Amino acid sequence: MKPIKWAFGGALACLLGVGAFAGISYRSALPPIPPPAADGFPAELVAKGATLAAIGDCVVCHTADQGAAYAGGRALPTPFGTLYASNITPDAATGIGSWSLDAFKRAMRDGVGRDGSHLYPALPYDHYRRVHDGDLEAIYAFLMTRQPVSAPAKPNDMIFPLGFRPLLAGWKLMFLHQPEFQPVPGRDAQWNRGAYLVEGLGHCGGCHSPRNLAGAEEDGSSAYSGGVAEGWTAPALTAASRAPVPWTADSLYAYLRAGLDGRHGVAAGPMGPVVHGLSRAPEADVRAIAVYIASLSAPPGGAGQPADRPPAIDRADRAAQADPAGAALFAGACAGCHEAGAPMLTQGRPPLATATALQLDEPANALRAILNGIHPPAGAAGPAMPPFTASLTDAQAARIAAYLRTRFSDRPAWTDLEQAAAEIREEDTRQ
Amino acid sequence: MTGLPTRGAAAKDATRLSRRGFLAGGALVVSFALAPRAFAQLAGGGEGGAGPAVVAPELAGSLRTTPWLDAWIRIGADGRATVFTGKVELGQGIRTALLQVAAEELDMPPARITLVTADTDRTPDEGLTAGSHSMQDSGTAIRNAAANVRMLLAQEAARGWGVAADTVATGGDGMLRAADGRSLGYGDAAARLSLHVKAVPDAPLRDPAGYRTMGRDLPRIDIPAKLTGGAAYLHDLRLPGMLHARVVRGPSVGTRLREPDVAAVSRMPGVVGIVRRGAFLAVVAEREWTAVQALRHLQRAAYGRDAGTQPQEPLPAGGEGGGAGGGAEGGAEGGGPMSADAIAAALTALPARDIPIMDTRGPTGPAAHSVRARYVRPWISHGSIGPSCAVALFEGGAMTVWTHSQGPFDVHRVVAELVGLPPDKVRAIHAEGAGCYGQNGADDVAADAAVIAMATPGRPIRLQWMREQEFGWEPLGPGMMTQLEAALGADGRIVSWRHEVWSNPHNNRPVGAGGVLAGNEADPPFPVPEGKPIPMPEGDGSRNSNPLYSFANTHVVYHFIKDMPVRVSALRSLGAHLNVFSIESMLDELAAAANIDPLALRLAHMEDQRAREVMQRAADGFGWGSRPKGDGRRGCGMAFARYKNLGAYCAVALEVEVDRETGRVAIRRAVAAVDCGQPASPDGVRNQIEGALVQSFSWTSREGMRFAGDRRAGFDWSSYPILRFGDVPDAVEVLVMDRPGAPFLGTAEAAQGPTAAALANAIADATGIRLRDMPLSADRLKAALGPV
Amino acid sequence: MTVTLTINGAAHRLEVDPSTPLLYVLRGELALNGAKYGCGLGQCGACTVQIDGKAAFSCLTPVSALEGRQIRTVEGLGTAEAPGLLQAAFEAEQAAQCGYCIAGMIMRAQALLDRVAEPDEAQIRAHMQTNLCRCGTHMRILRAIRRAVAMRKEGRKEAQKGTRDAPAGTRQAAAEPVREARP
Repeated sequence: MKPIKWAFGGALACLLGVGAFAGISYRSALPPIPPPAADGFPAELVAKGATLAAIGDCVVCHTADQGAAYAGGRALPTPFGTLYASNITPDAATGIGSWSLDAFKRAMRDGVGRDGSHLYPALPYDHYRRVHDGDLEAIYAFLMTRQPVSAPAKPNDMIFPLGFRPLLAGWKLMFLHQPEFQPVPGRDAQWNRGAYLVEGLGHCGGCHSPRNLAGAEEDGSSAYSGGVAEGWTAPALTAASRAPVPWTADSLYAYLRAGLDGRHGVAAGPMGPVVHGLSRAPEADVRAIAVYIASLSAPPGGAGQPADRPPAIDRADRAAQADPAGAALFAGACAGCHEAGAPMLTQGRPPLATATALQLDEPANALRAILNGIHPPAGAAGPAMPPFTASLTDAQAARIAAYLRTRFSDRPAWTDLEQAAAEIREEDTRQ
Repeated sequence: MTGLPTRGAAAKDATRLSRRGFLAGGALVVSFALAPRAFAQLAGGGEGGAGPAVVAPELAGSLRTTPWLDAWIRIGADGRATVFTGKVELGQGIRTALLQVAAEELDMPPARITLVTADTDRTPDEGLTAGSHSMQDSGTAIRNAAANVRMLLAQEAARGWGVAADTVATGGDGMLRAADGRSLGYGDAAARLSLHVKAVPDAPLRDPAGYRTMGRDLPRIDIPAKLTGGAAYLHDLRLPGMLHARVVRGPSVGTRLREPDVAAVSRMPGVVGIVRRGAFLAVVAEREWTAVQALRHLQRAAYGRDAGTQPQEPLPAGGEGGGAGGGAEGGAEGGGPMSADAIAAALTALPARDIPIMDTRGPTGPAAHSVRARYVRPWISHGSIGPSCAVALFEGGAMTVWTHSQGPFDVHRVVAELVGLPPDKVRAIHAEGAGCYGQNGADDVAADAAVIAMATPGRPIRLQWMREQEFGWEPLGPGMMTQLEAALGADGRIVSWRHEVWSNPHNNRPVGAGGVLAGNEADPPFPVPEGKPIPMPEGDGSRNSNPLYSFANTHVVYHFIKDMPVRVSALRSLGAHLNVFSIESMLDELAAAANIDPLALRLAHMEDQRAREVMQRAADGFGWGSRPKGDGRRGCGMAFARYKNLGAYCAVALEVEVDRETGRVAIRRAVAAVDCGQPASPDGVRNQIEGALVQSFSWTSREGMRFAGDRRAGFDWSSYPILRFGDVPDAVEVLVMDRPGAPFLGTAEAAQGPTAAALANAIADATGIRLRDMPLSADRLKAALGPV
Repeated sequence: MTVTLTINGAAHRLEVDPSTPLLYVLRGELALNGAKYGCGLGQCGACTVQIDGKAAFSCLTPVSALEGRQIRTVEGLGTAEAPGLLQAAFEAEQAAQCGYCIAGMIMRAQALLDRVAEPDEAQIRAHMQTNLCRCGTHMRILRAIRRAVAMRKEGRKEAQKGTRDAPAGTRQAAAEPVREARP
């Protein structure tokens, strides 16, 4: 992985150098303001901001493990190094308490901090540019009425030379040109609401679209054809989806609201917190998001998802014959939840045959679920899977993944599974 | 102390006089709907079950039903004592506490005493180990029996030496000594007399000032084995030739598997047999893992609602957010937790019998503030960490069942009826299980094992339920609702108090085969017995609905609902959890309305001196007077109850911190004060109260069974989450009142109600939001807080 | 199939179905009581043992995954007569009610103590999050773990002091005030 990262970094640095040389990097600081009084914002505006912030999932990135909400500090691993989320509570010294509405809007749209420094696109301002003024004002009102927390930013740990922020100006010159959202004529209001939320605040493409060498999202026909998030594969939301049972607006709604819908795998990895946020968002907005995403895989006039998609398969006998050792590991480690007759299945949670993770080209999601488990938000009910790092070796985790692939998919076998498992484990040890 | 009129000498005697009797001396009219019964007459600690009749009413504790000394204590020639109790160890430390009691009154070292817990062939029948009665029933019996034995030993020694009995002393070492230095071991003295004599009521008890064992923190005798993998539990019993069984059922009560593939499973290697009896189905194997795999195979069958004989669970509908995918806390598998409205609707739709609990009338001034409020509790799982287990052996025409039931004597009666053996051919022996906190699956699994053992004579059967069977089939703690209406006069006195409680029976302890699942599944079935209320003063749904406070114009009614939409039975503290929550929440609501300090309002209405002292002790320990003011995030709350108005007194004060972004509530510190009479082991009392406080926090803040259309939807710890380490309080302190020599008062359940109310009161103090519906969850608090 | 398991330092050759979770072998074949069946789902931790030093769910670890790996159960830490460090600390704090979860608690805590010399309160709570207790003994369990940390620290100090001041013959004893577990 490392040499590849360096190659990426080098290419990026060259590109960005152009921008820096062009001298476009300078942005002025905006004057600080005294932190506005929390009761100076209309309650309806704050409430509106709360629901929009839930859809935007601000709290997820801007809150450290066990940390105060919105106080930042969470590590965001990227191919170019580790960023630490900033404190967006209205603390004047360490948060955004001294930011005017204009400064906030500039950050959200142009990726420039109040002091004029360029922000990394981990803050998805390429999406937030699409958001309407009034919604940004509501989010501002919401954030400025949070509890101020004094929490200085942690220094980022980026590969050379990307720690030099003015280079970001070049990146923006090339990739930051998204217009404000305009409704698509011929589509109904619900679809357009969904499109607005998905393309804008929801920034779904941030994970579900592929990125180019410079880390910018690919758009056009590549948009939503699948990406990577914190080492997990973010599956395609288009007709390229590998879900054994096609997604519909209803199943997407159930999934986004509760983390599962009975015929698709459960929300895991970085998708877990997204679903947790959406479970608290207005129902109509989540329905609109579901309608829009469903339309990505079923263009108007099209026949919906491709008919040649194989039906959900479960070839237990064949897999046991082909891989008795894998079958034994599965029977002892997995069957208590995932085999027919297990209470989890009786209770309507989805069988592995419907899990997209086992159909993807990359084994990342399957291996990460096995090794790291799936965790509902602390204290909440929801699908849970224990981590198997302590009980299984890399080879054994790989063996189980291979068995699952054989049993539940007719796609080509995964390769280099043990190596992939080792890398995931090493990542865990580092964190 | 504000505004409390002096009531003279009578007030000081309030602990001896019944409070009602005391009040009757004034202008108030008092009536009890049901004649109060001596609570010791109620078998099993007043929580149902069957038990022996009172034959010696003049004696104390369980000596009333079993007055013979040798039923309780035997002394061997070696001077060692064996003490028998009909109570059982549930993790509450009762073995150690009873040992301390026996050692103290026998005046010998605890290490020389062996304690035998409930065994239907060996020990007195003391009914259930429930209702925080063990110290009151068995502790009192053993204390007095031991005093009797020590008196007889001293008399015997005195006779031999020709001296006056009162000159013979004991010194804690199992020796009797004359003034002139002659000595005699207990074993030698005991060999010369029979202990098969009735206890006398006035055997002298040891002077508390000279206690050697009681009131000290004797390390619990059961703990070392539990820390080191010793054979500590029924689950660890391994008998020669033992087989492993699993019972096969649908996902939860009221369901049945349609066509389990018995033929395929019979052919599985290692499967010894299939046991079918009516709708009862079990698989038996040489090894446990084989039994589990066979069970899973059988469970592949589709299930349906059972129109037959099992207890029906019509299953209340109404998850928050409504069904699939709905609701913040929801899951696709059955919606979120039940909304309070749905619980209330499910209960009030059923026919109820109104049982008046308390009615007082008196002249008062006009009301200045009045509050009306409904409080609701969902169905709660016992949530034992170890699913229920039993071992049964049918051999030579007799059945032996090892059980961790709270009522081994009931198990013995249930099994006899179920398998058709005469009661003297069935022996039930208690062995410890995981904590049960009421009637979990223990009785059912014991009956299951016995049915299987009948089919496999000569081979011991070990049966443990699976995790989902414990959640799906155990009786839950009943969902409940109360409606309170109270008014406060301008002088800060409460002028009227109305308390109505709706509840199913909490007492469905099996006393016959119809009370267990295997009985309901038999052909023909033993019918599920009709639920009955437990009369006051113990009560069940009505427990602690009669406030200990002196309120004018108190009216309390129990709307007893016999038809059970969910299979329910006793859960630690029964109705006291919601009733105390309701009373103590209402007091704070009134205090807030009138801007009176919550502690002052309580003290102003409390005559019972020990209650006052407990509240004051907790308040002092907590620093109530100097507590921080609620500021939107931090807040403090307190609450009090005397369990059943008969047991231990307990006051709890909490400081909480609310995360306004998520609604999550953290307990920054908790202080509890408890008066349980003479504590046998103060550390044992602290352990119990600390545990009850943390457990009640879990129940009250985050628990509630979810229901899908046709089944219980809580089946594991992901669908029925409980408190984990990340959310336990920062600090808990328990202050045990010193009451030398005072009668034992049951302790184990005393903190459940006060903790629940203190939590609601602290949240209200912190945020101004009054949560009345359990669970007081983060989502509900966040919804009430809104975005700011 | 025949598997050889190394448990508390001793090798055991067993003829069992390779899918059998370790829990059933410990309890059924080897009569070790410490690990308990609680859920069979990796959600409660009552079955926790150490595998190669890490806390693992024995209910979800098939024996076929365990050849050549070091397994340690609560029986390997000490006995009632000669308790290990954590066992002694739990005894001193009377950190049990029903105790069904406790062997799992001790083994999970042992994995932390093996990895971190002096874990702080937040680390202890986060690490123990995996294991459930229903009696509400959490406060005592936390106290017991803190006590074990303190005892070990004291032991180290004693040990250092011992090597400086104590006569040679007493050093070993000073270094192990309470018997530390062997892997």
